[in-house]
Order: sequence, then C-alpha cells, then structure tokens
Amino acid sequence: MSNTETGTHVSYLQHKGKYKGILSWLLTTDHKKIGLLYLYCIIVFFFVAAILGVLMRIELIAPGETIMGPQTYNGMFTIHGIIMIFIIVIPALPAVFGNFFLPILIGAKDVAFPKLNLFSFYLFLIGAIFGVLSQFIGGGAPDTGWTFYVPYSAESSTNVIYALIAAFILGFSSILTGLNFIVTIHRMRAPGMGWFRMPLFPWSLYATAWIQVLATPIIGITLLMVIAERVLKIGFFDPALGGDPVLFQHLFWIYSHPAVYIMILPGMGIVTEIFPTFSQKPVFGYTAILLSSLAIAFVGYFVWGHHMFTAGISYGSRWFFSFLTFIVAVPSAIKVFNWVSTMYGGSIDLKPPLLYAISFIFLFMIGGFTGLTLGALAANVQVHDTAFVVAHFHYIIFGGMGFAFFAGMHYWYPKMFGRMYSNKLANIAWGILFTGFNVLYFPLFIIGLQGMPRRYFDYLPQFQTGHVISTVGAFILFTGLILMVYNFVYHIKRGAIAPANPWKGVTLEWQIPSPPSHENFDEIPVITTDPYIFGTSTENKQK
Amino acid sequence: MNMSIQENHNDHIDSETGKLGMWIFLFTELFLFGGLFLVYAVFRAKYSEDFHSAARELNAFIGTMNTVFLLVSSMTVAMAITAIQKNQKKLAMFLVSVTLLLAALFMMNKFFEWSHKFEFKLYPGSEVLKNLPRGELLFFGLYFMMTGLHALHVLIGMILLSINFIKIKAGKVNQAHYLLLENSGLYWHLVDLIWIFLFPLLYLIT
Repeated sequence: MSNTETGTHVSYLQHKGKYKGILSWLLTTDHKKIGLLYLYCIIVFFFVAAILGVLMRIELIAPGETIMGPQTYNGMFTIHGIIMIFIIVIPALPAVFGNFFLPILIGAKDVAFPKLNLFSFYLFLIGAIFGVLSQFIGGGAPDTGWTFYVPYSAESSTNVIYALIAAFILGFSSILTGLNFIVTIHRMRAPGMGWFRMPLFPWSLYATAWIQVLATPIIGITLLMVIAERVLKIGFFDPALGGDPVLFQHLFWIYSHPAVYIMILPGMGIVTEIFPTFSQKPVFGYTAILLSSLAIAFVGYFVWGHHMFTAGISYGSRWFFSFLTFIVAVPSAIKVFNWVSTMYGGSIDLKPPLLYAISFIFLFMIGGFTGLTLGALAANVQVHDTAFVVAHFHYIIFGGMGFAFFAGMHYWYPKMFGRMYSNKLANIAWGILFTGFNVLYFPLFIIGLQGMPRRYFDYLPQFQTGHVISTVGAFILFTGLILMVYNFVYHIKRGAIAPANPWKGVTLEWQIPSPPSHENFDEIPVITTDPYIFGTSTENKQK
Repeated sequence: MNMSIQENHNDHIDSETGKLGMWIFLFTELFLFGGLFLVYAVFRAKYSEDFHSAARELNAFIGTMNTVFLLVSSMTVAMAITAIQKNQKKLAMFLVSVTLLLAALFMMNKFFEWSHKFEFKLYPGSEVLKNLPRGELLFFGLYFMMTGLHALHVLIGMILLSINFIKIKAGKVNQAHYLLLENSGLYWHLVDLIWIFLFPLLYLIT
C-alpha cells in the first residue's frame, strides 16, 4: 500500500465535497480538516500569547518600569494566561491531534458526531474572539490573572466580563469535544479492536474526555456565578454580601486542577505512540500505561485543595489534599518508567519526534518533582505564590504538554500534509528550543526559592541576575520556535513527498496513504493483533 | 441540545450512538446545576435561620402547581415517544403540543411569581434586598439564579419540542427515525428532574 501518491488516491486535502473554495474548509465535517482548522487558530493565538510573554520578560529585565506600566503588566499576564490556558493548552492536543488521529487510530471514518465537531470548533472560535476582544475594548485588559479570584474579579473595572464569557464558551466547546470522543471510542472502533487492542493515544484521550465532560461544567457554573455577581450583585463570593471567597477558590480549582490533567494526559499519550515507533519495540507495560492514565484522571479530581494551602482551609483538609497530591505522582512515575523501559534494548532511531519525546520526559520530571515540593505542606508555605510556582507549571505545561505537542507535530506532520520537513533544521530548532526553555525557566526556580513573588511588576535588585538570565532564555526560546514553525511552513509545499510510513510505525495511521483519503480507509480494517507488534508480523500486515 | 438536532441529519448515526451522546450531555447538565446545589448547601448550613425565614416568602402553592405541570408534561412527552413508535402520528403531535402547553403554563406561573417579587423590590441588587440579613440576601440570590437557569432550560426544551412538532408533521421524525424526539424527551425529563430538587429545597423547607 505504500505507492499511494500515484494512481487513484485522492487525499482529504483535494477531496471535492459539497462546497468549494474556502467554504470547503469552513463548513467541513471532516475530522481531519477540523483538526487543521484548530491547528491554524492555535498557532496564531500561541504566537500572540508568546509575544505577550516575551514582553513581560523584557519588562522584568531590570527593576522598576522598563517598557510598560504596572497596569499594562497586570493585563499582560492575565491575557497571556487566559489565551495560553483556555485557548491553547486545554484544547490543543485533543482538538488538533485528537480530531485528526483518534478516528484513524481506531479504524473509523470519522468521529461519532461530525457536525457537532464543527459546532465545537465554532464555539472555540467565538470564545477565542471574546478572549481577544477583552484585551482591546472599553475598560482595558482584565487584570485579575487567569484565575479570576473574587472579590477582586467582581470589583475590577476592567473587561473581566468578556474574559469570563470567553472562558465559559471555550469550556462548552471543550465539553462537546470530550463528549464526541467518548462516544466515538465507545461506538466506532473497527471490528476486532477490543478495548485492550486500542492504541494508547486514544486511551489517553478517553481519560481526558471524561475529565472534560465531568469537570468543565463546574467551571461553567462558577464563571456564571461570577458574572451574576458582577451584573446582578448577587453576593455568592463577596463577604460584604454574605458570600465566601474561599468557596470560589474551591469551585474554581475543582475544575482547574483536573484541567491540568486535560492538558498533560493527551501529551503523555502522544509520546507513548512515539517511543515504540522509534525504538521498534512494543510499548513496555501497555496495561500499566492505560491504567495509570485512568488513575491520573480519577485521582486528579481530588487534589484541588493543594492550590489553597495558604487560603485558610483546615489542617485536616490540607493533610488530605497533600497526601492525595503525592499519590498522583505514582501513576505519573509508572508512565516514566514504562517509556524508559520501552527504549531499553530497542533499536533507537533518534529522529526529531523522539528528541522531543525524550525532552518531554526530562522536563516533565523536573516539573513533577518540583510539584512534590509544592505539594508538601511545610515547603508550600515557603514557595507559595513565588516564581518557583511559575517555573514549576511552565515545566509541566510547556515542557510537558508543549513539547508533547511539538513531538506530535514532528511525528505526524508527514501524515497530515504528505510532505517531509527537514530533519536537520528540526534538530537545530530542537536544540535551540530546549536550551532556551531551560535558560528561561530554570532561574525562576532559584529566585522563587529566594523569595521572588509571582505576578510582580517590580522586584528587589537581588533578583536581577535571575531575571536577566531568564529574559535571555526567552529570546533563545522564541528563536527556536520561529525556526521550528519556519521548518513546517516552508516544507508544506516544498518538502519531499512523504511515504505512507516514514517512521516504520505499526499503528493504523501508517497503514494508509499520506495524506489520508477523505474517508481514511477504503475499507474498514479488521484488527487481529495487539497494537504495537513490530517485526515479522508488521511485514504481514503491510503487505 | 444542538447535538440532538444535528444527529438527525446524519443518516449514519444510529440511535444507540445518539442516545449515548445525549446521556453524557445530561451528565454535564447535572454537574452544571450541581455547582449551584453545592453553593446552596454551603450557605444553607451557614445561614440556616435566614434561609428558613426567607423561604417563607415563596408561594408554595404556585410551586406545587408548577411541579404538577412539569410532572404531567414529562408523562406526555414519554407518551408521545410511545405514540411515534406505534406510528400514531396525529396522537404524537397532540401529545407534544400538550407538553408544550404545560411548559407554557409553567413559564407563565414563573413570570407571575417573579413579577410579584419585583413588585416588592425583591430582585438582585435592590435596596430592599441589600438591607435584609445576609442569609436572606443569599437565599434570594440563589433563588433567582437557580430558577432562572432552570427556566432557561425550560425554554430550550420548548424550542426542541417545537422543532419536533414540525418534524413529526413533515414526517421527518417517524416510526423508523425518532432519535430526535427521544433525545428531546430525555432532555425534558432532565428539566423535570432538576425542578423536583429545586422545589423542596426552595419552597418546602421553611
């Protein structure tokens, strides 16, 4: 099946549907095209938010006002957070790679509800537009931070309402995507693909989708309550009106902590696909990996209180939340051991996707270990609300989810666009990115431990060295990002034609042409073996 | 909600798949209201005296009437589904319109109830309300938020049922394809179910 570029094969990109031109994209119900629509939007928003990040780093290069005033700075970190969290990090992996590859990996022609899928995309777009609007119109950019803590978010005269509405709509979009994936996985698997023959990326999406469905409504109603508090003066959270601000923090983190697992679980799923392919070895501990995904999703529900150790909750609940936080480390560690064991004794091919996947482990481990520092009650009091926290969650979110996203891009780019990128450029970009990332965020651990608070516009001179190194890192990182994106954009038309299976992968997406046809499979495959079997059986399957 | 409309257009979506999607969606609705019930529980525990006296302001008779309307309408929508399964198109249309009528009666009652409150200046942000004890203030805030969000769901349910009415008439919802009606029925039962919890929490426990 590998000589598919010639002959009768028509890829989904050339498929003639009901509509022509731009409408064939805007009104498409093809999961692959919807995935690409998300991808393009997310790249644009990512650069907007990344530029805000760089501007903040420039501001922090010296104490006092450098390039912007304190109010602008507050707006910047808020919008940076809202765009990054709600528009990029939460939806990116499920909406881009989930949409594109979930149906293919389980041998289906599309998701269960294709029109609902398009509807989710438009909700996403509307939400994203509200988010951007909040920056520019009327009362000025919201300055509450992405966490919208009351009572300040109920009082601030800036455009908090727009940001709240944006987050609400984006949450709704996320729910519908999750719902779609759950039903797709339950109902659309190819004949013979039992639950335990499903590749591990769909498994991680399954765990993620349940979190999306069961946790997101809570943030929805909480944001509605804050809107009601602002518009109707119902004092749910305002102590002056009888309300309770700590209650808001509970409701907010009941969603927003599981949301961290919405971010990282699909990332873990992607690297789990990459390690076996580039080691040419079955994944080590298939069952352990999928159970640990479900365990993370489950336990992740009950750890929200660790964001509130200093908010005045009782000793008993602090102890409880701290204990459960440590428990989450167990399934995460199981995954790390399994990935490393998968590579052990394999015939390792150090291509760009694997480079990113390995750096995912490295960065995720640093993020994870510092997470334990934060999860310990005594240490938390010292580092709470310092730059240490900022470094920790950037290591998890950017170093984890972000690098998994880049890994996925490098892994599946040939399949998505039918072209190869330049390996050499990709390796160089990886080197710059990885260096820049660590130079940017590692110093924040140190100045955080020394007492540099987060979200501060100004600081004492003793923190300057750390800030200067970090700002230099930001520029290195940004250079790497541009080089990586250039590599993709340049080769989208000019790259060498990609074969159907450039990495010798064995999962279903590599059995069909690059790029896939409109309906993915000419005939629905019948699955007779476990997902990760290399060697002779692969030859048979691919004949 | 949108999903059930859209599913119907897709011929390849079988009814099991469509219903699974609807059930999961209903879970999310339960969690949405669950957040409000949680807040209710917290403040009821904190201000039980105030909640006690504020709840006496609500008219239990109107509340009971509305409960009856919704319970009966849940029955008629279920009967409509059975009617369409037995291919009795006229009867199904009649039953859907009875459901719509009951829903309209519910909304009318709600309208009078709310405007009655507004007459006494008992609306969010009013001076009268601000001078009440904090617990009573929160009770009324929760009352308007919970019944308001519920009323919004009634309205969405009414829109869905009206679409069903038109589609049954046009023969697009029929004995072989009635997923849309079934899912709208499920949605309507959810609306009913939530009211069954709102009613005692707001009206009866005084």
